[in-house]
Amino acid sequence: MSIDLLVLLVLALIAIGAALGMLFSRNVVYALLFLVLVMLTLAVLYLILGAPFLALAQVTVYAGAIMVLFLFAVMVLGTHSLDELGGPIGWQRPWAFFLTAVFLIEVVYAFAARVGKLGLLSCAEAGFGSPAAIGKLLFNQYLLPFEVTSVLLLAATIGAVVLTKDVLSE
Amino acid sequence: MTASMFGIWAIKAAILIVILLTGFAYATYYERKAIARIQVRIGPNRAGPKGLLQPVADGVKLIFKEEFIPARADKVLFTLAPILTVIPAFLLGAVVPWGGEVPFFGGTARLYLADINVATLYVMAVGSLAVYGIVLAGWSSNNKYSLLGGLRSAAQMISYELAMGLALVGPILIAGSMSLVKIVEAQKSVWFIVYQPLAFIVFLMAAFAEVNRPPFDLPEAEQELTGGYHTEYSGMRFALFFMAEYIKVVVMSAIIAALFLGGYYGPGVETYPWLGPVYMFLKILVMVFFAIWTRATLPRFRYDRLMAFGWKVLFPLALLNVFLTAIGIVLLGG
Repeated sequence: MSIDLLVLLVLALIAIGAALGMLFSRNVVYALLFLVLVMLTLAVLYLILGAPFLALAQVTVYAGAIMVLFLFAVMVLGTHSLDELGGPIGWQRPWAFFLTAVFLIEVVYAFAARVGKLGLLSCAEAGFGSPAAIGKLLFNQYLLPFEVTSVLLLAATIGAVVLTKDVLSE
Repeated sequence: MTASMFGIWAIKAAILIVILLTGFAYATYYERKAIARIQVRIGPNRAGPKGLLQPVADGVKLIFKEEFIPARADKVLFTLAPILTVIPAFLLGAVVPWGGEVPFFGGTARLYLADINVATLYVMAVGSLAVYGIVLAGWSSNNKYSLLGGLRSAAQMISYELAMGLALVGPILIAGSMSLVKIVEAQKSVWFIVYQPLAFIVFLMAAFAEVNRPPFDLPEAEQELTGGYHTEYSGMRFALFFMAEYIKVVVMSAIIAALFLGGYYGPGVETYPWLGPVYMFLKILVMVFFAIWTRATLPRFRYDRLMAFGWKVLFPLALLNVFLTAIGIVLLGG
Protein backbone atom coordinates (compact mmCIF):
# COMPACT_ATOMS: atom_id res chain seq x y z
CA MET A 1 0.00 0.00 0.00
CA SER A 2 1.52 3.31 -1.02
CA ILE A 3 1.76 6.28 1.32
CA ASP A 4 -0.64 8.30 -0.83
CA LEU A 5 -3.33 5.68 -0.50
CA LEU A 6 -2.78 5.47 3.25
CA VAL A 7 -3.10 9.25 3.64
CA LEU A 8 -6.21 9.21 1.47
CA LEU A 9 -7.79 6.47 3.59
CA VAL A 10 -7.03 8.26 6.85
CA LEU A 11 -8.45 11.51 5.49
CA ALA A 12 -11.55 9.75 4.18
CA LEU A 13 -12.09 8.14 7.57
CA ILE A 14 -11.77 11.53 9.30
CA ALA A 15 -14.16 13.15 6.83
CA ILE A 16 -16.78 10.38 7.18
CA GLY A 17 -16.36 10.28 10.93
CA ALA A 18 -16.81 14.05 11.18
CA ALA A 19 -19.84 13.93 8.88
CA LEU A 20 -21.43 11.25 11.07
CA GLY A 21 -20.52 13.28 14.14
CA MET A 22 -22.34 16.25 12.61
CA LEU A 23 -25.45 14.17 11.93
CA PHE A 24 -25.65 12.57 15.36
CA SER A 25 -24.50 15.47 17.51
CA ARG A 26 -27.25 16.71 19.82
CA ASN A 27 -25.60 20.08 20.32
CA VAL A 28 -25.81 22.41 17.36
CA VAL A 29 -22.43 24.08 18.05
CA TYR A 30 -20.69 20.71 18.03
CA ALA A 31 -22.54 19.74 14.84
CA LEU A 32 -21.28 22.93 13.26
CA LEU A 33 -17.69 22.27 14.32
CA PHE A 34 -17.90 18.77 12.87
CA LEU A 35 -19.04 20.32 9.60
CA VAL A 36 -16.04 22.66 9.69
CA LEU A 37 -13.83 19.62 10.17
CA VAL A 38 -15.40 17.98 7.09
CA MET A 39 -14.67 21.12 5.06
CA LEU A 40 -11.06 21.23 6.25
CA THR A 41 -10.54 17.55 5.44
CA LEU A 42 -11.91 18.13 1.94
CA ALA A 43 -9.45 21.01 1.57
CA VAL A 44 -6.57 18.67 2.45
CA LEU A 45 -7.91 16.20 -0.14
CA TYR A 46 -7.76 18.94 -2.78
CA LEU A 47 -4.17 19.63 -1.70
CA ILE A 48 -3.22 15.99 -2.18
CA LEU A 49 -4.83 16.04 -5.62
CA GLY A 50 -2.50 18.91 -6.57
CA ALA A 51 -4.99 21.77 -6.45
CA PRO A 52 -3.69 24.17 -3.78
CA PHE A 53 -5.77 27.09 -5.04
CA LEU A 54 -9.02 25.15 -4.69
CA ALA A 55 -7.92 23.84 -1.30
CA LEU A 56 -7.29 27.30 0.14
CA ALA A 57 -10.38 28.77 -1.53
CA GLN A 58 -12.35 25.98 0.15
CA VAL A 59 -10.90 26.91 3.55
CA THR A 60 -11.38 30.66 3.06
CA VAL A 61 -14.91 30.53 1.69
CA TYR A 62 -16.51 27.58 3.47
CA ALA A 63 -14.63 27.17 6.73
CA GLY A 64 -13.61 30.81 7.06
CA ALA A 65 -16.66 32.77 5.95
CA ILE A 66 -19.82 30.70 5.52
CA MET A 67 -19.43 28.57 8.64
CA VAL A 68 -18.50 31.62 10.72
CA LEU A 69 -21.76 33.17 9.55
CA PHE A 70 -23.59 29.98 10.56
CA LEU A 71 -21.92 30.07 13.95
CA PHE A 72 -22.94 33.70 14.31
CA ALA A 73 -26.57 32.87 13.49
CA VAL A 74 -26.57 29.89 15.86
CA MET A 75 -25.25 32.01 18.71
CA VAL A 76 -27.72 34.82 18.12
CA LEU A 77 -30.65 32.40 18.01
CA GLY A 78 -29.45 30.47 21.04
CA THR A 79 -27.92 27.02 21.21
CA HIS A 80 -30.65 24.85 22.63
CA SER A 81 -30.29 21.16 21.99
CA LEU A 82 -32.99 19.33 20.01
CA ASP A 83 -34.40 17.67 23.13
CA GLU A 84 -35.13 21.02 24.76
CA LEU A 85 -37.10 22.11 21.72
CA GLY A 86 -39.33 19.03 21.80
CA GLY A 87 -37.56 16.73 19.34
CA PRO A 88 -37.54 16.76 15.56
CA ILE A 89 -40.50 17.91 13.49
CA GLY A 90 -42.92 15.05 12.74
CA TRP A 91 -43.14 15.19 8.94
CA GLN A 92 -39.36 15.43 8.48
CA ARG A 93 -38.59 11.78 9.11
CA PRO A 94 -40.62 10.13 6.28
CA TRP A 95 -39.42 12.78 3.83
CA ALA A 96 -35.82 12.19 4.87
CA PHE A 97 -36.17 8.45 4.21
CA PHE A 98 -37.92 9.05 0.88
CA LEU A 99 -35.38 11.57 -0.43
CA THR A 100 -32.42 9.47 0.71
CA ALA A 101 -33.91 6.49 -1.12
CA VAL A 102 -34.29 8.56 -4.31
CA PHE A 103 -30.71 9.74 -4.00
CA LEU A 104 -29.39 6.21 -3.47
CA ILE A 105 -31.30 4.92 -6.50
CA GLU A 106 -29.78 7.73 -8.56
CA VAL A 107 -26.28 6.88 -7.34
CA VAL A 108 -26.73 3.18 -8.14
CA TYR A 109 -28.15 4.04 -11.58
CA ALA A 110 -25.30 6.44 -12.37
CA PHE A 111 -22.76 3.89 -11.27
CA ALA A 112 -24.36 1.01 -13.19
CA ALA A 113 -24.81 3.05 -16.36
CA ARG A 114 -21.20 4.15 -16.49
CA VAL A 115 -19.27 1.25 -15.12
CA GLY A 116 -16.81 -0.05 -17.70
CA LYS A 117 -17.04 3.12 -19.78
CA LEU A 118 -14.79 5.32 -17.71
CA GLY A 119 -11.63 3.28 -17.87
CA LEU A 120 -8.70 4.26 -15.72
CA LEU A 121 -8.48 7.89 -14.76
CA SER A 122 -5.37 9.49 -16.14
CA CYS A 123 -3.21 11.68 -13.92
CA ALA A 124 -3.86 15.40 -14.13
CA GLU A 125 -1.09 17.27 -15.89
CA ALA A 126 1.31 19.28 -13.77
CA GLY A 127 0.15 22.76 -12.85
CA PHE A 128 -3.47 22.00 -13.60
CA GLY A 129 -4.67 23.38 -10.26
CA SER A 130 -2.43 26.45 -10.23
CA PRO A 131 -4.01 29.91 -9.95
CA ALA A 132 -2.99 30.72 -13.53
CA ALA A 133 -4.57 27.54 -14.95
CA ILE A 134 -7.80 28.11 -13.02
CA GLY A 135 -7.89 31.73 -14.18
CA LYS A 136 -7.52 30.64 -17.80
CA LEU A 137 -10.31 28.09 -17.42
CA LEU A 138 -12.62 30.62 -15.78
CA PHE A 139 -12.02 33.36 -18.35
CA ASN A 140 -12.11 31.17 -21.46
CA GLN A 141 -14.07 27.96 -21.19
CA TYR A 142 -16.41 29.01 -18.36
CA LEU A 143 -16.66 32.71 -19.15
CA LEU A 144 -20.46 32.89 -19.29
CA PRO A 145 -21.19 31.09 -15.99
CA PHE A 146 -18.38 33.10 -14.40
CA GLU A 147 -19.85 36.42 -15.54
CA VAL A 148 -23.39 35.42 -14.56
CA THR A 149 -22.14 34.51 -11.09
CA SER A 150 -20.26 37.78 -10.77
CA VAL A 151 -23.36 39.80 -11.69
CA LEU A 152 -25.35 37.85 -9.10
CA LEU A 153 -22.71 38.48 -6.44
CA LEU A 154 -22.52 42.16 -7.37
CA ALA A 155 -26.29 42.46 -6.96
CA ALA A 156 -26.05 40.77 -3.56
CA THR A 157 -23.22 43.09 -2.49
CA ILE A 158 -25.12 46.22 -3.49
CA GLY A 159 -28.19 44.80 -1.76
CA ALA A 160 -26.23 44.31 1.45
CA VAL A 161 -24.89 47.88 1.38
CA VAL A 162 -28.37 49.30 0.67
CA LEU A 163 -29.86 47.27 3.53
CA THR A 164 -27.36 48.64 6.06
CA LYS A 165 -28.11 52.18 4.86
CA ASP A 166 -31.86 51.77 5.45
CA VAL A 167 -31.41 50.40 8.94
CA LEU A 168 -29.19 53.28 9.96
CA SER A 169 -31.31 56.10 8.51
CA GLU A 170 -34.49 55.09 10.35
CA MET B 1 10.44 14.25 -1.04
CA THR B 2 13.19 12.76 1.07
CA ALA B 3 13.96 12.37 4.74
CA SER B 4 16.55 15.16 4.66
CA MET B 5 13.95 17.56 3.25
CA PHE B 6 11.65 16.75 6.16
CA GLY B 7 14.58 17.24 8.51
CA ILE B 8 15.30 20.70 7.12
CA TRP B 9 11.62 21.64 7.32
CA ALA B 10 11.42 20.43 10.90
CA ILE B 11 14.51 22.42 11.89
CA LYS B 12 13.25 25.55 10.12
CA ALA B 13 9.82 25.19 11.72
CA ALA B 14 11.36 24.75 15.18
CA ILE B 15 13.53 27.85 14.70
CA LEU B 16 10.51 29.82 13.46
CA ILE B 17 8.45 28.80 16.50
CA VAL B 18 11.25 29.83 18.87
CA ILE B 19 11.60 33.17 17.07
CA LEU B 20 7.84 33.79 17.16
CA LEU B 21 7.63 32.89 20.86
CA THR B 22 10.51 35.24 21.68
CA GLY B 23 8.84 37.82 19.46
CA PHE B 24 5.63 37.38 21.46
CA ALA B 25 7.39 37.80 24.80
CA TYR B 26 9.30 40.89 23.76
CA ALA B 27 6.41 42.40 21.80
CA THR B 28 4.58 42.65 25.15
CA TYR B 29 7.65 44.30 26.70
CA TYR B 30 8.02 46.61 23.68
CA GLU B 31 4.36 47.58 23.89
CA ARG B 32 4.46 48.28 27.62
CA LYS B 33 7.65 50.32 27.35
CA ALA B 34 6.51 52.31 24.30
CA ILE B 35 3.05 53.03 25.73
CA ALA B 36 4.65 54.09 29.00
CA ARG B 37 6.87 56.55 27.13
CA ILE B 38 3.92 57.94 25.19
CA GLN B 39 1.98 58.38 28.45
CA VAL B 40 5.02 59.91 30.24
CA ARG B 41 5.58 56.91 32.51
CA ILE B 42 8.60 54.63 32.86
CA GLY B 43 7.06 51.21 32.27
CA PRO B 44 8.39 47.87 33.56
CA ASN B 45 11.82 48.47 35.13
CA ARG B 46 12.15 46.06 38.08
CA ALA B 47 12.82 42.56 36.69
CA GLY B 48 16.35 42.56 35.32
CA PRO B 49 18.23 45.47 33.75
CA LYS B 50 15.74 48.00 32.31
CA GLY B 51 12.98 45.48 33.06
CA LEU B 52 14.18 43.17 30.29
CA LEU B 53 13.25 40.05 32.27
CA GLN B 54 9.67 41.24 32.77
CA PRO B 55 8.23 38.87 30.07
CA VAL B 56 9.92 35.93 31.84
CA ALA B 57 8.45 36.98 35.17
CA ASP B 58 5.00 37.34 33.59
CA GLY B 59 5.30 33.93 31.97
CA VAL B 60 6.28 32.23 35.23
CA LYS B 61 3.41 33.95 37.04
CA LEU B 62 0.86 32.83 34.45
CA ILE B 63 2.13 29.22 34.48
CA PHE B 64 1.71 28.96 38.25
CA LYS B 65 -1.69 30.62 38.35
CA GLU B 66 -4.78 28.53 38.95
CA GLU B 67 -6.65 27.66 35.76
CA PHE B 68 -10.27 28.04 36.61
CA ILE B 69 -13.12 26.59 34.55
CA PRO B 70 -16.59 27.99 35.31
CA ALA B 71 -19.04 25.37 36.59
CA ARG B 72 -21.52 25.51 33.70
CA ALA B 73 -18.96 26.09 30.94
CA ASP B 74 -18.57 23.63 28.08
CA LYS B 75 -15.34 22.03 29.32
CA VAL B 76 -14.16 20.55 26.01
CA LEU B 77 -14.57 23.69 23.95
CA PHE B 78 -13.40 25.89 26.83
CA THR B 79 -10.07 24.03 26.77
CA LEU B 80 -9.92 23.80 22.99
CA ALA B 81 -10.66 27.48 22.26
CA PRO B 82 -7.29 29.01 23.29
CA ILE B 83 -5.46 26.31 21.34
CA LEU B 84 -7.57 26.96 18.24
CA THR B 85 -6.74 30.64 18.58
CA VAL B 86 -2.99 30.24 18.87
CA ILE B 87 -2.37 27.61 16.16
CA PRO B 88 -3.40 29.78 13.16
CA ALA B 89 -1.13 32.55 14.48
CA PHE B 90 1.87 30.22 14.23
CA LEU B 91 0.72 28.78 10.89
CA LEU B 92 0.67 32.26 9.37
CA GLY B 93 4.42 32.57 9.93
CA ALA B 94 5.13 29.66 7.58
CA VAL B 95 4.69 31.58 4.32
CA VAL B 96 6.43 34.81 5.31
CA PRO B 97 9.76 35.35 3.52
CA TRP B 98 12.02 36.47 6.37
CA GLY B 99 14.99 36.74 4.03
CA GLY B 100 16.27 35.64 0.65
CA GLU B 101 18.83 32.95 -0.15
CA VAL B 102 21.78 33.26 2.21
CA PRO B 103 25.14 31.48 2.31
CA PHE B 104 25.09 29.00 5.17
CA PHE B 105 28.06 26.72 6.07
CA GLY B 106 29.25 26.50 2.47
CA GLY B 107 25.79 25.88 0.99
CA THR B 108 22.82 28.17 0.63
CA ALA B 109 19.73 28.34 2.80
CA ARG B 110 16.38 29.95 2.11
CA LEU B 111 15.07 31.98 5.00
CA TYR B 112 11.44 30.99 4.63
CA LEU B 113 9.59 27.83 5.47
CA ALA B 114 7.42 27.47 2.38
CA ASP B 115 7.18 29.26 -0.94
CA ILE B 116 3.73 28.20 -2.11
CA ASN B 117 2.16 29.68 -5.23
CA VAL B 118 -1.00 30.62 -3.32
CA ALA B 119 0.64 32.16 -0.25
CA THR B 120 -1.59 35.25 -0.19
CA LEU B 121 -4.70 33.08 -0.27
CA TYR B 122 -3.14 30.98 2.49
CA VAL B 123 -2.84 34.12 4.62
CA MET B 124 -6.55 34.79 4.10
CA ALA B 125 -7.54 31.17 4.77
CA VAL B 126 -5.52 30.69 7.94
CA GLY B 127 -6.30 34.18 9.20
CA SER B 128 -10.01 33.53 8.84
CA LEU B 129 -9.77 30.30 10.86
CA ALA B 130 -8.45 32.16 13.89
CA VAL B 131 -11.88 33.58 14.64
CA TYR B 132 -13.21 30.15 15.67
CA GLY B 133 -11.06 30.14 18.77
CA ILE B 134 -12.40 33.51 19.89
CA VAL B 135 -16.05 32.75 19.07
CA LEU B 136 -15.90 29.37 20.80
CA ALA B 137 -14.16 30.89 23.82
CA GLY B 138 -17.04 33.35 24.06
CA TRP B 139 -19.70 30.67 23.70
CA SER B 140 -18.19 27.96 25.89
CA SER B 141 -17.63 30.31 28.84
CA ASN B 142 -21.41 30.45 29.39
CA ASN B 143 -21.15 34.11 30.26
CA LYS B 144 -23.13 36.81 28.50
CA TYR B 145 -20.20 39.22 28.24
CA SER B 146 -18.03 36.52 26.73
CA LEU B 147 -20.76 35.56 24.28
CA LEU B 148 -21.15 39.18 23.17
CA GLY B 149 -17.38 39.40 22.66
CA GLY B 150 -17.42 36.25 20.54
CA LEU B 151 -20.37 37.50 18.47
CA ARG B 152 -18.64 40.81 17.82
CA SER B 153 -15.53 38.99 16.77
CA ALA B 154 -17.41 36.88 14.20
CA ALA B 155 -19.24 39.88 12.73
CA GLN B 156 -16.09 42.00 12.65
CA MET B 157 -14.03 39.26 11.01
CA ILE B 158 -16.55 38.73 8.23
CA SER B 159 -16.81 42.44 7.50
CA TYR B 160 -13.09 43.11 7.37
CA GLU B 161 -11.94 39.97 5.62
CA LEU B 162 -13.51 41.10 2.33
CA ALA B 163 -11.66 44.40 2.28
CA MET B 164 -8.45 42.64 3.28
CA GLY B 165 -8.72 40.08 0.48
CA LEU B 166 -9.47 42.77 -2.09
CA ALA B 167 -6.55 44.89 -0.88
CA LEU B 168 -4.29 41.89 -1.52
CA VAL B 169 -5.35 41.86 -5.18
CA GLY B 170 -3.37 45.04 -5.99
CA PRO B 171 0.12 43.69 -5.15
CA ILE B 172 -0.84 40.32 -6.69
CA LEU B 173 -1.79 42.02 -9.98
CA ILE B 174 1.41 44.05 -10.14
CA ALA B 175 3.72 41.17 -9.20
CA GLY B 176 1.80 38.72 -11.39
CA SER B 177 1.97 36.04 -8.71
CA MET B 178 0.21 35.02 -5.50
CA SER B 179 3.45 33.84 -3.91
CA LEU B 180 4.76 36.16 -1.19
CA VAL B 181 8.33 35.37 -2.21
CA LYS B 182 7.61 36.44 -5.80
CA ILE B 183 5.81 39.56 -4.56
CA VAL B 184 8.86 40.54 -2.51
CA GLU B 185 11.18 39.87 -5.45
CA ALA B 186 9.03 42.13 -7.64
CA GLN B 187 9.79 45.01 -5.24
CA LYS B 188 13.53 44.97 -5.80
CA SER B 189 13.55 48.50 -7.24
CA VAL B 190 10.29 50.14 -6.08
CA TRP B 191 8.26 49.27 -3.00
CA PHE B 192 4.61 48.50 -3.69
CA ILE B 193 3.49 51.15 -1.21
CA VAL B 194 4.39 53.64 -3.99
CA TYR B 195 2.11 51.97 -6.55
CA GLN B 196 -0.52 50.84 -4.05
CA PRO B 197 -0.96 53.49 -1.33
CA LEU B 198 -4.71 52.85 -1.15
CA ALA B 199 -4.31 49.08 -0.85
CA PHE B 200 -1.68 49.63 1.85
CA ILE B 201 -4.01 51.76 3.97
CA VAL B 202 -6.98 49.42 3.51
CA PHE B 203 -4.89 46.34 4.26
CA LEU B 204 -3.36 47.98 7.32
CA MET B 205 -6.75 48.82 8.83
CA ALA B 206 -8.25 45.45 7.94
CA ALA B 207 -5.22 43.73 9.48
CA PHE B 208 -5.72 45.69 12.71
CA ALA B 209 -9.35 44.56 12.75
CA GLU B 210 -8.41 40.97 12.00
CA VAL B 211 -5.90 40.91 14.86
CA ASN B 212 -8.35 42.68 17.23
CA ARG B 213 -5.94 45.48 17.94
CA PRO B 214 -7.18 48.84 19.14
CA PRO B 215 -9.02 50.83 17.83
CA PHE B 216 -10.80 47.68 16.59
CA ASP B 217 -10.56 45.62 19.81
CA LEU B 218 -14.34 45.49 20.23
CA PRO B 219 -14.40 41.77 21.15
CA GLU B 220 -12.52 42.50 24.38
CA ALA B 221 -13.73 46.03 25.12
CA GLU B 222 -13.07 46.30 28.87
CA GLN B 223 -15.53 49.05 29.66
CA GLU B 224 -18.53 47.31 28.12
CA LEU B 225 -17.70 43.60 28.23
CA THR B 226 -15.33 43.25 31.25
CA GLY B 227 -12.78 41.53 29.04
CA GLY B 228 -15.02 40.08 26.33
CA TYR B 229 -14.32 36.56 25.15
CA HIS B 230 -11.52 35.96 27.68
CA THR B 231 -13.41 37.17 30.76
CA GLU B 232 -13.55 33.68 32.28
CA TYR B 233 -10.01 32.63 31.39
CA SER B 234 -7.00 32.58 33.69
CA GLY B 235 -3.48 31.22 33.84
CA MET B 236 -1.86 29.77 30.73
CA ARG B 237 -5.16 29.56 28.83
CA PHE B 238 -5.50 33.30 29.22
CA ALA B 239 -1.88 33.73 28.16
CA LEU B 240 -2.53 31.72 24.99
CA PHE B 241 -5.04 34.33 23.78
CA PHE B 242 -2.45 37.03 24.23
CA MET B 243 0.22 34.86 22.65
CA ALA B 244 -2.04 34.57 19.61
CA GLU B 245 -2.69 38.31 19.53
CA TYR B 246 0.95 39.38 19.77
CA ILE B 247 2.24 36.71 17.39
CA LYS B 248 -0.38 37.84 14.90
CA VAL B 249 0.73 41.45 15.36
CA VAL B 250 4.30 40.40 14.59
CA VAL B 251 3.38 38.15 11.65
CA MET B 252 0.91 40.64 10.19
CA SER B 253 3.64 43.31 10.40
CA ALA B 254 5.92 40.93 8.52
CA ILE B 255 3.24 40.27 5.90
CA ILE B 256 2.61 44.01 5.44
CA ALA B 257 6.37 44.53 5.11
CA ALA B 258 6.54 41.76 2.50
CA LEU B 259 3.52 43.01 0.55
CA PHE B 260 4.11 46.75 0.53
CA LEU B 261 7.46 47.69 2.09
CA GLY B 262 9.85 45.69 -0.06
CA GLY B 263 10.18 42.73 2.32
CA TYR B 264 13.80 41.89 3.01
CA TYR B 265 15.15 44.28 0.36
CA GLY B 266 17.25 47.26 1.35
CA PRO B 267 20.57 48.84 0.40
CA GLY B 268 23.36 46.27 0.19
CA VAL B 269 21.23 43.12 0.34
CA GLU B 270 22.56 41.79 -2.99
CA THR B 271 26.14 41.75 -1.79
CA TYR B 272 25.42 40.75 1.84
CA PRO B 273 22.33 38.48 1.82
CA TRP B 274 22.39 38.22 5.61
CA LEU B 275 21.32 41.88 5.73
CA GLY B 276 17.89 40.70 4.45
CA PRO B 277 16.55 39.39 7.78
CA VAL B 278 18.00 42.48 9.49
CA TYR B 279 16.00 44.78 7.21
CA MET B 280 12.96 42.58 7.71
CA PHE B 281 13.40 42.86 11.49
CA LEU B 282 13.69 46.66 11.30
CA LYS B 283 10.56 46.91 9.13
CA ILE B 284 8.63 44.65 11.52
CA LEU B 285 9.83 46.80 14.42
CA VAL B 286 8.48 49.92 12.71
CA MET B 287 5.11 48.27 11.92
CA VAL B 288 4.74 46.93 15.47
CA PHE B 289 5.55 50.38 16.80
CA PHE B 290 2.83 51.76 14.56
CA ALA B 291 0.36 49.30 16.11
CA ILE B 292 1.42 50.37 19.62
CA TRP B 293 1.27 54.05 18.71
CA THR B 294 -2.28 53.65 17.37
CA ARG B 295 -3.35 51.91 20.56
CA ALA B 296 -1.96 54.74 22.67
CA THR B 297 -3.55 57.42 20.47
CA LEU B 298 -6.94 56.37 19.16
CA PRO B 299 -10.05 55.62 21.21
CA ARG B 300 -12.07 52.50 20.47
CA PHE B 301 -14.70 52.60 17.71
CA ARG B 302 -18.35 52.28 18.57
CA TYR B 303 -19.60 48.91 17.42
CA ASP B 304 -22.07 50.02 14.72
CA ARG B 305 -19.53 52.53 13.36
CA LEU B 306 -16.98 49.77 13.14
CA MET B 307 -19.31 47.68 10.98
CA ALA B 308 -20.32 50.70 8.89
CA PHE B 309 -16.67 51.61 8.41
CA GLY B 310 -15.85 48.13 7.17
CA TRP B 311 -18.75 47.84 4.75
CA LYS B 312 -19.18 51.42 3.53
CA VAL B 313 -15.63 52.76 3.51
CA LEU B 314 -13.00 50.04 3.40
CA PHE B 315 -14.86 47.62 1.14
CA PRO B 316 -15.70 50.15 -1.64
CA LEU B 317 -12.19 51.62 -1.39
CA ALA B 318 -10.64 48.20 -1.83
CA LEU B 319 -12.92 47.51 -4.82
CA LEU B 320 -11.96 50.86 -6.34
CA ASN B 321 -8.31 50.01 -5.86
CA VAL B 322 -8.70 46.69 -7.69
CA PHE B 323 -10.46 48.50 -10.53
CA LEU B 324 -7.82 51.24 -10.82
CA THR B 325 -4.92 48.79 -10.59
CA ALA B 326 -6.42 46.60 -13.31
CA ILE B 327 -6.94 49.59 -15.61
CA GLY B 328 -3.41 50.84 -14.91
CA ILE B 329 -1.91 47.46 -15.73
CA VAL B 330 -3.90 47.18 -18.97
CA LEU B 331 -2.92 50.71 -20.04
CA LEU B 332 0.73 50.54 -19.05
CA GLY B 333 1.18 46.94 -20.10
CA GLY B 334 1.98 45.60 -16.61
